[in-house]
Amino acid sequence: MNLNRGRWLVWGGYAAVMIVAPLLFTTSLSHTMLSQMGIAIIACLAYNMLLGQGGMLSFGHAVYSGLGAFFAIHTLNLVSNGQLALPVSLVPLVAGFFGGLFAVLLGYVTTKKAGTPFAMITLGVGELVWAMSLMFPGFFGGEGGINGNRVAGQPFLGISFGPQIQLYYLIAAYTFVCTALMFAFTRTPLGRMLNAVRDNPERVEFVGYSTQIVRYLAFIASGFFMGISGGLAALNFEIVTAEVVSATRSGAFLLFTFLGGATFFFGPIIGAVLMVLALVLLSELTLAWLLWLGLVFTFMVMYAPGGISSLIMMNLRVASFGRLKPLLPHYAALAVVGLLVVLSAGAMIEMVYHLQLNEALGPKMKYLGIALDAKSAGSWLSAALVTAVAVVAFEWLRRRFARDWNRTQEEIAAEIQRREAAAA
Amino acid sequence: MDASYFLISLLNGLSVGLLLFMLASGLTLIFSMMGVLNFAHASFYMLGAYVAYSITQVIGFWWGLLLAPPLVGVLGALFERHALRRVHKFGHVPELLITFGLSYIILELVQIIWGRQAVNFLPPESLRGPLFTIVDLPDSLSFAWGAPPEVCKAVAGAVCTQFPAFRAFGMAVAVGMLVAIWLLLTRTRIGLVIQAALTHPEMVESLGHNVPRVFMGVFGGGTALAALAGVIGGALRVTEPSMALAVGAVVFAVIVIGGMGSLAGAFVASVGLGVIESFAVGSDRSIGDGLRALGMAVTPDTFGYAVWAVKMSQVAAILPYLLLVLILIFRPKGLFGTREG
Repeated sequence: MNLNRGRWLVWGGYAAVMIVAPLLFTTSLSHTMLSQMGIAIIACLAYNMLLGQGGMLSFGHAVYSGLGAFFAIHTLNLVSNGQLALPVSLVPLVAGFFGGLFAVLLGYVTTKKAGTPFAMITLGVGELVWAMSLMFPGFFGGEGGINGNRVAGQPFLGISFGPQIQLYYLIAAYTFVCTALMFAFTRTPLGRMLNAVRDNPERVEFVGYSTQIVRYLAFIASGFFMGISGGLAALNFEIVTAEVVSATRSGAFLLFTFLGGATFFFGPIIGAVLMVLALVLLSELTLAWLLWLGLVFTFMVMYAPGGISSLIMMNLRVASFGRLKPLLPHYAALAVVGLLVVLSAGAMIEMVYHLQLNEALGPKMKYLGIALDAKSAGSWLSAALVTAVAVVAFEWLRRRFARDWNRTQEEIAAEIQRREAAAA
Repeated sequence: MDASYFLISLLNGLSVGLLLFMLASGLTLIFSMMGVLNFAHASFYMLGAYVAYSITQVIGFWWGLLLAPPLVGVLGALFERHALRRVHKFGHVPELLITFGLSYIILELVQIIWGRQAVNFLPPESLRGPLFTIVDLPDSLSFAWGAPPEVCKAVAGAVCTQFPAFRAFGMAVAVGMLVAIWLLLTRTRIGLVIQAALTHPEMVESLGHNVPRVFMGVFGGGTALAALAGVIGGALRVTEPSMALAVGAVVFAVIVIGGMGSLAGAFVASVGLGVIESFAVGSDRSIGDGLRALGMAVTPDTFGYAVWAVKMSQVAAILPYLLLVLILIFRPKGLFGTREG
């Protein structure tokens, strides 16, 4: 592998961010969130081994992280009871082993197909495991889940993993190593064949490879890393409930991996950070957060199927040709008007929820410091009017932006041709 | 197992199976025509139930039954026209993803409009009673129309089981729908164009038919069928925000088991699943009991006792998915499927 300076810079920066982050954000909430981000990064990257690199859309991938988490918490309890002499820091590896083992078992069935049938089978297998988790309360702990205590065994060099910060650095270490391993995987012959299976399965078969076996092996690798992320989550929360294998969790992995961007290796990292921010902060902000998430996701599929990372890369490309500046006013205008759409539509949604849930408090409510009356026509009319005007303005701005954007792309294409002609 | 229990389980199973089929037919129709797996199909089912509920509040159940499917069908067609068609050029995975996003949006909108609790959506007054009663006397088995006859109270040891009229009505609607779709697809000009657009889109287009509009119609029609199932299912069971999730995964299992894109397969799989599930739910035997009957000793000390002690009624919930896995191992095409993968 050619380790040039740029690569050292990127990976060094990645490690530095993970080391410095908890020193900058020192509240316990931010430490918990940073820990969750590390866990989510491993899970989303592992998910993207299938979605981005293999073109496999899984609706039941929480099964592998979830089962890994259950094996981790049981292992942890064995360690606590003194029945097993294993350092706590290695528990996630046990989880990874079991995640991989279940991927070997269940993946054999799921990877028989690709494309749409693959998606449906993963959904079915996910439901199977979810339903089973309620059937075997002995292992899955029923409604209450399984508790554990990560301060188990002898502290090593004074590290007991009791304080959140110690666990954070364990998670960060795992995240860094797993990211590196998964990146290395994309450079192996298997990783390359996986891309080929995604793009042209027929030709792969002609060349003499079995697409099924390539998918199967990638599935197992992905299951292993999902398991590690589940094991870390078990250590982090010290409780594992059946919710970790649910379809909701699987859906979240899909949604945020896609939002971050499946086409670039680093996309899921952005997705994972967004996932934690959305689950922890956005859900506090509004009850309708899933609606916003669904809308953002749908528009992303329609207008930017490469996710946020592709938006970044496209703009970097424009910037590298020195043509980003004329587009900046467009971005500013779109951002302002877009925010207006969200806030005014949000006002109506919040009024509905206020009427539904806080009936006892009366119709008066505060929204962004503005007093609204959820039962008055005035509040509704003004919110609707602002929304309508903002939507029309946004569409007008969007069309103008699309026109300029397309012209810029054409100019860049022409520029590339001119340079090539000059070089030749 | 006695005869009346057998009969009523069979009838219940058939009614559940036919309801499943109403959902699966729309899904498999859209899939076979457009190659799009509509992840939001169960969401349109839920939407059908809620829209019918609102119409019922104003002008009565029958109008709800009549108006909700076309209304939801129009919404489905609009979604196809403005969102799905736009991502068609990106391939099948984005098509699946956009319907996945839509399922979130519909769920949230339903919660905003109708609230997070179940709504009180009931069958019409005229269909609330039992259609017939199976009277199982110690020495004879007979049917009686309507409510339980006097003999149920008079004779000791009589077992009377009622079959609700609305369940029967739902079955009739499903069968009627099946016949209507079949006639539409095979006996009308529209059906011929739809079938031709599936296999030879370019040829159909050059003959002057608007193929994208045909697809829009198919998508709208499929979602209207889901909504019709929703009106029946919502009134029969509970109309609540989790109803889509409860039924969605099962429907996917049904169309894989039946064979992707096969209407006949979807019918056999959904009715079969409904009947098997209904018998399993009614049984409190466990796998261990079966092994004991074969002469094996199964005690709480036996290895894996947790598995052997699971009751058949608990297994019912995972049966669709177990069958799905078994079918994929032994017959990857599905029961009636013609293509693999």
